[in-house]
Amino acid sequence: MLWIDCPWCGARPESEFRYGGEAHIARPDPATTDDAGWGDYLFMRSNPKGVHAERWMHREGCRRWFNALRDTVSNDVLTIYPMGTPRPDAPGDEAEGG
Amino acid sequence: MAEAPAPRSPLAGLADALAGARADGVTLTDRSARARFNLRIDPKDVEALTAAGAILGGSLPRTPNTAATTVNGKILLWLGPDEWLVTGPAEEGAQLDDTLRGRLDGRHHALTDVSAMYATLALSGPRAREVLMKGCRLDLHPRAFKPNTCVQTALAKANVILHQTDDTPSYEITVRNSFSVYLATWLLDAMAEYRQG
Ligand SMILES: [Zn+2]
Repeated sequence: MLWIDCPWCGARPESEFRYGGEAHIARPDPATTDDAGWGDYLFMRSNPKGVHAERWMHREGCRRWFNALRDTVSNDVLTIYPMGTPRPDAPGDEAEGG
Repeated sequence: MAEAPAPRSPLAGLADALAGARADGVTLTDRSARARFNLRIDPKDVEALTAAGAILGGSLPRTPNTAATTVNGKILLWLGPDEWLVTGPAEEGAQLDDTLRGRLDGRHHALTDVSAMYATLALSGPRAREVLMKGCRLDLHPRAFKPNTCVQTALAKANVILHQTDDTPSYEITVRNSFSVYLATWLLDAMAEYRQG
């Protein structure tokens, strides 16, 4: 079982959480975005083999959202950080935009 | 004017089963009749926290996974960094609603009467921890889970607020009405092996 550190409640089983997809995806202004740009926003994700920045919500606990860096190979959660803050560095993390 | 109907526990249909469930070393009791309020205050608003604390007879707990009992007999359960469940005797509900609302008037807050949304079960006795361990993934050992520890988690897959009230150990399990009969039935089944005779 994967344990995730809720920033409020501490270590809890993965089954208490809801996965929220990739983090740091900014919604473009629909008035100034063409179809390709809107399609990118809706559908295109980085899908890395390695460190992935993603959103989680402690559904069965405090119901708060937070961000996490998770290694998609080992399934280790490397760090957690508040929503709205920039992606932190992680060991072995390759810089990527967004 | 028509009289308001008397409140009825969502577990009323299980009253006989609960009364008869005198297992050796653990009891299960319906404590659903209770006033409950969901209270949200910005934790940076110290004046609002102080105002609420003055009415409640004690500070709203700021430490995650804890509960506090006040000098007024209110039980304050931490639900989130800006969210608490305030509970008290059912007959004090209307007055508590009025005084809290009055004291917090004009301040940024949310106070919602959720008395009828939940059922509460009290599980108590030397075997109570073992019963819970059958359906709870968290560490309930006394080194990790003590009186006044209060968590939101899953018990037998039902979302619950689990509050340890004393060293017996005793627990109060607060669960949404719609899950309460399922959860009480599950607990009765989990207790069955400790029954004598
Ligand atoms: Zn949490």
